[in-house]
Amino acid sequence: MSDVSSPAAHSHAHEGEAHASLAGSSRALWKSLDQIAPETNAAVVRDYAERQHPSLLAPLSDPFARRDVLRLLGASVALAGFSACTRQPDEKILPYGKSPEALVPGKPLYYATTMPWASGAIGLLVESHMGRPTKIEGNDKHPSSLGATDCFSQASVLQMYDPDRSTTATRAGRIATWGDFLTDLTGQLAAQTGKQGAGLRILSGTVVSPTLAARLQAVLAAHPSAKWIQYEPIHRDQARAGALAAFGEDVVARPDLAAAKVVVALEADFIGGGPSSVASTKAFSKARRARKAKPTTNRLYAAESSMSLSGAMADHFVAVRPSELLAVAAALAKAVGAPFGGDVGAPSAKAAAWVSAAAADLAAHKGECVVIAGDAASADVHALVHALNAALGNVGKTVSYFPPVAPVSIDQTTALRELVADMQNGLVEMLVMLGVNPVYDAPADLEFKAALDKVAWRSHLGLYQDETAERCLWHVNETHYLEAWGDARGADGTVALTQPLIAPLYGGKSQLELANALLGKGGVTGYEAVREHWTATLGADGFEAKWRLALHDGVIAGTAFAPTNVTLRSIAVSGSTAGGMELVIRADDSAFDGRFANNSWLQELPRPLSKLVWDNAALIGLATATRLGVKNGDVVELVLGKTTVRAPVWVLPGQAEECVAVQLGYGRTRAGSVGNGIGFDAYPLRTASGQWSASGLEVKKTGDTYHLVSAQMHNSMEGRDLVRVRESGHLEGHGAHGHTEHPTVWTPYEYNGNAWALVIDLGSCTGCNACSIACQAENNIPVVGKDQVANTREMHWIRLDRYFEGDDFDTARVRFQPVPCMHCENAPCEVVCPVGATVHGSEGLNEMVYNRCVGTRYCLNNCPYKVRRFNFLLYQDFVTESVKLQRNPDVTVRSRGVMEKCTYCIQRISQARIQAAREGNRPIGDGEIVTACQSVCPADAIVFGDKNDPKSAVSAWRAEPHHYGILEDVNTKPRTTYLAKVENTGADHKG
Amino acid sequence: MQAAKDPAVQEHHALVGDRQDLPVIAPGHTLSSITDKITSIVLRRDTPLAWAASLAFASTGLFFLAISVAWLLAKGTGVWGINNEVGWGFAIINFVWWIGIGHAGTLISAILLLLNQQWRTSINRAAEAMTLFAVACAGMFPLLHVGRPWLAFWLFPIPNTMGVWPQFRSPLLWDVFAVSTYATVSALFWFTGLIPDLATLRDQAKHIWAKRAFGMLALGWRGAAQHWERYEVAYLILAGLSTPLVVSVHTVVSFDFAVSIVPGWHATILPPYFVAGAIYSGFAMVLTLMIPLRSVYGLKDFITDRHLNNMAKVMLATGLIVAYGYVMEAFYAWYSGAPYELAMINNRMFGDAWKSYWALILFNVLIPQLLWFRNVRLSPVMLFVISIVVNIGMWLERYVIVVTSLERDFMPSAWADYYPTKWDVMLYVGTVGFFFFAFFLFIRFLPVIAVFEMRTLVPARDPSAKKGVGATSSSTKEGAHP
Repeated sequence: MSDVSSPAAHSHAHEGEAHASLAGSSRALWKSLDQIAPETNAAVVRDYAERQHPSLLAPLSDPFARRDVLRLLGASVALAGFSACTRQPDEKILPYGKSPEALVPGKPLYYATTMPWASGAIGLLVESHMGRPTKIEGNDKHPSSLGATDCFSQASVLQMYDPDRSTTATRAGRIATWGDFLTDLTGQLAAQTGKQGAGLRILSGTVVSPTLAARLQAVLAAHPSAKWIQYEPIHRDQARAGALAAFGEDVVARPDLAAAKVVVALEADFIGGGPSSVASTKAFSKARRARKAKPTTNRLYAAESSMSLSGAMADHFVAVRPSELLAVAAALAKAVGAPFGGDVGAPSAKAAAWVSAAAADLAAHKGECVVIAGDAASADVHALVHALNAALGNVGKTVSYFPPVAPVSIDQTTALRELVADMQNGLVEMLVMLGVNPVYDAPADLEFKAALDKVAWRSHLGLYQDETAERCLWHVNETHYLEAWGDARGADGTVALTQPLIAPLYGGKSQLELANALLGKGGVTGYEAVREHWTATLGADGFEAKWRLALHDGVIAGTAFAPTNVTLRSIAVSGSTAGGMELVIRADDSAFDGRFANNSWLQELPRPLSKLVWDNAALIGLATATRLGVKNGDVVELVLGKTTVRAPVWVLPGQAEECVAVQLGYGRTRAGSVGNGIGFDAYPLRTASGQWSASGLEVKKTGDTYHLVSAQMHNSMEGRDLVRVRESGHLEGHGAHGHTEHPTVWTPYEYNGNAWALVIDLGSCTGCNACSIACQAENNIPVVGKDQVANTREMHWIRLDRYFEGDDFDTARVRFQPVPCMHCENAPCEVVCPVGATVHGSEGLNEMVYNRCVGTRYCLNNCPYKVRRFNFLLYQDFVTESVKLQRNPDVTVRSRGVMEKCTYCIQRISQARIQAAREGNRPIGDGEIVTACQSVCPADAIVFGDKNDPKSAVSAWRAEPHHYGILEDVNTKPRTTYLAKVENTGADHKG
Repeated sequence: MQAAKDPAVQEHHALVGDRQDLPVIAPGHTLSSITDKITSIVLRRDTPLAWAASLAFASTGLFFLAISVAWLLAKGTGVWGINNEVGWGFAIINFVWWIGIGHAGTLISAILLLLNQQWRTSINRAAEAMTLFAVACAGMFPLLHVGRPWLAFWLFPIPNTMGVWPQFRSPLLWDVFAVSTYATVSALFWFTGLIPDLATLRDQAKHIWAKRAFGMLALGWRGAAQHWERYEVAYLILAGLSTPLVVSVHTVVSFDFAVSIVPGWHATILPPYFVAGAIYSGFAMVLTLMIPLRSVYGLKDFITDRHLNNMAKVMLATGLIVAYGYVMEAFYAWYSGAPYELAMINNRMFGDAWKSYWALILFNVLIPQLLWFRNVRLSPVMLFVISIVVNIGMWLERYVIVVTSLERDFMPSAWADYYPTKWDVMLYVGTVGFFFFAFFLFIRFLPVIAVFEMRTLVPARDPSAKKGVGATSSSTKEGAHP
């Protein structure tokens, strides 16, 4: 790997030679010439100087002249200091000679693009201020977004500006160029050409880009013996195997959650888990919405080993051990008469009760119910679910089958296993990795890391110099999707173009461009490649118009999949419930599989159920914790086979008994300054055969403790009337909960124009946190770090309160409540501010005047909702250049010593007001102002508008019978109000 | 004191000992012995080693103050333990504590003066100094606790081109007026009372610089009848101004809490209970200071057991009012039936805050009941210990009110705990250091007891008393003692 091996490729060849000859290795570090050339070796120094600095050679040999040199050197060093006192060079601020189309300084532009995701990309509209993408919004024309987004897509804009991203290509750890890489690659490929590419392997994540897939297949065509492997830790291998078993072909079951009246979810999280859940959440919430006109909701049954967001939403939840899930699915199938072969035993009594309730409900709703299974469910469970849906007559009504999202769908684990075997056997001569980090996230028992070292030429394209990049000869810095051209399929098959919002910050190449390089077209840009592909696909006729429309709309029309007709085969399943303790492995709500580990917004976003920040934990139920004698923060050893992982315990409801649930994506060593060393790495426990769960786990108490930080200390509502719950069909509820007008001696405010109000539907709210992170992106909210959160100093303007309700800890019901500022009519904060820094606006907003605030924090104390956030320290990063670019220029960046809180996105209100004023002083229309939290919400649980307008959506919500305000008895008269959570437990269906 | 059988002394006993069996001044003193004894501390006696050591010790605190303020200004209020749920912590606790301590000085100087209480004479000067320094300590906290102290002047109604005024509905603003008025009046009152004594010091001083310094501070006082007349009018006016302040300042401070809606703060009992608590803690602090002072400087003749006894009685009375306040807080919570109030008192008594609450009851209510016993009141050691206990208890009271109320308020999701950091503690220790530093300087460089007022306590028959020197409103003519 030393430079000597390829002198021709090196632009400073003779320097490299000199180093090599002096120190024996180019890698050796030296501090001074003395170190590499002791006095006895003066000839070498001479030799080095001769070639490096010939002009110095003469003075070196002449003692008198040498002094002159030193004198000059000294003087120039001394004088160099003075240069600091000179004027800085003039910087010219130039107006555009020719203004770019549609660009009005101060007005953001929105561009449609797509964020790639393994289970289906999401279409986005990205807000751009003078060429800087600042905020992600959903693209309502894209079927995977429908206008909403999720936490990961919201946070992805911060990832683009991450100062820890890889900024350059490197060869053996030294800075190199794309040109160097191309030269080397071409040489290596040339060597492969003779062998049909037998030594070439390409490892990528799940490719959902048609163009990229086509290019990579073209590479395979050019090198027939080469292989392209896709592997992502969060894959659908088991769903794929289940579909193959049930139908003989690889199809994806897509439920229509808006149509299903009864949903049974087996280890299926259709709410959390990333961008592809946005559309399913939207659909589900449609059926979930209870209003005067339609007071009933759908009903959700969920069986999970570690409660997910879907489980938290369920009307009937049962925690089952991973190995018990098959018995549960089989019992369901038996109960509704779905045929299958094989005996898998019976579920436990608790699960059996759940099964009988669910089965009865399913049988009563044939054709209007659906059973779904998630990626973590085994192939047999998937097959049984297919049989169930067929037996229930749901196919074509509430569930349809589509081709997989990835153009090339493979069994990823098998492919990776084969790749590792080839690497071990020395069959792989060059390995090209595209945006993956297998050294960190491949199944532990495959021992990818050891195998990788046997590959002679290994290259890595990635956003970060990560664990894999570290072990590769070549690393090429990848472009972020916001910087690159590309395309990607959504979950329903719709293809959308990825268009860059900004020129690559650090140069960088996309996966597509690297694939082009593999085809010997290293100079072809991503733009050209995508256009070329779609010209071929759509036809050259009228292509330009189609292309422009696709870019504008963010979707390529007519690319959605048509449903596949499938025939159910006979199904045979086998397996039995395991004894002993079991391990449950899940993607993390913040770090996902580790790719977002360095994203501080996500790290500080409290995990939906545990409310932990900046860490993962071994989640465990109370009964199991009691048996093990462990409590929150106790460090345990998780022993699985020969592997031991130390993890802190967090006791949480909704966990199956005798199970420990761990989340992936932590304990990274090369994630960056944010993600390094936080949490514990659960990948060592993840084997190829036990990627989602494993039995035979041993848990040992160590006696050590670890400081886990939860953003919410108290989990009980203490009987206070905060989250109201109603039963489907009975929105009024029991007892009078009307709005009591308290007497007052003051004249109330009058609002002759608009009176803004916000209503949150707790029935739809899934607790997914998207509102919280969208608010953070929109309003320049800083991140404070774990220590500060430990002292409850997090800055989120809208927080997700999560309460547990019920007598039994392990089966407690989850209650989510987003809490932004209430914008009270009688705001307790306003009267106590001594300087008038928080005042009542003419439209009823409780406004913060940052530059008037002196920071007495009296308002904070007097706020009964505790939604005010104080800048105790200098939380805002005023130093990192790249992060500055992300800031929303319409929102003040707050510094130390100032109070802040939710403003109802006053900048968006002002924009709409100005727009309306410009258009002939027309009134602001309903729905014209969309707050950041409202626009992101995949469950459509938030509505904002003018409560003075009786026709507005917000007025309609406020007129609902289950509408209420929290702490109304304090007489704050909140403007932010709630619709009660409506459940559909059904008195005779108690599970 | 050497001639207890002296008829003059017996008469003096009869005169000033009034209904008490304890004198307010030890028998046997003449006008000159009083002057000499008090002024010698400043002018002639050697600086006691104890004084130097104490000053050095106090300056360590001052050093802490400087460091903790510097760190605070450099980093922000986040160096303290406060958070988004508990917005006020040590700073406000200490503010209220110090302000409360100041109240005893004003009460002694003004109200006892107007009520013609002779026994105040020997302790009022030191008590007023204590007030002044305590108010200075208190004043630091509101300034430092804000997020941007450099803009704290916005709390004052300063006319400006922007036409922006403070928000007059905020109790914090009332605080600004109350505390700044209090500080001003206390300083004036103290200084006015010092003028005749500064003149005495000027006349007695031997050193040229001492003469000049005291001369300048004495503002040309010559003891002329006209001076005395004007002095007495001015002093009475200031006493009249100070009197309502004793009640109003802590009432306004209590409004910071009572006007809010926080359970545990929002209670109408707070104003009277805060005022009583202020006087309670103030007298405790006077005792804490006077008991060592009189023994180190041999001032037992002037600060007699009678003084200790009376101060202990005031403490007992105000302590009982405070205890009534605690009972009422609990009663209100129970009687209101409001879930938040009930949860608040339940949390204080039996919840996570029980330790501080019951410690407070022990220190402020139970232990001070010993003061019912005369023997305890006459035992300087016991009194000293009880005064310290009450000082701690009153600090705990403010801790319980400020912190535990905020820790558990309306939204259980926003419940949080407050833990002070070392910077919280250091700043507190720093102000204690500043207080004692200032107080020790005062002891050394100014007369700790009002000389001319003490002289009015000497029997009128003493020929030297007829020179018309000492005078207070109550005793312009020395012979007019009741």
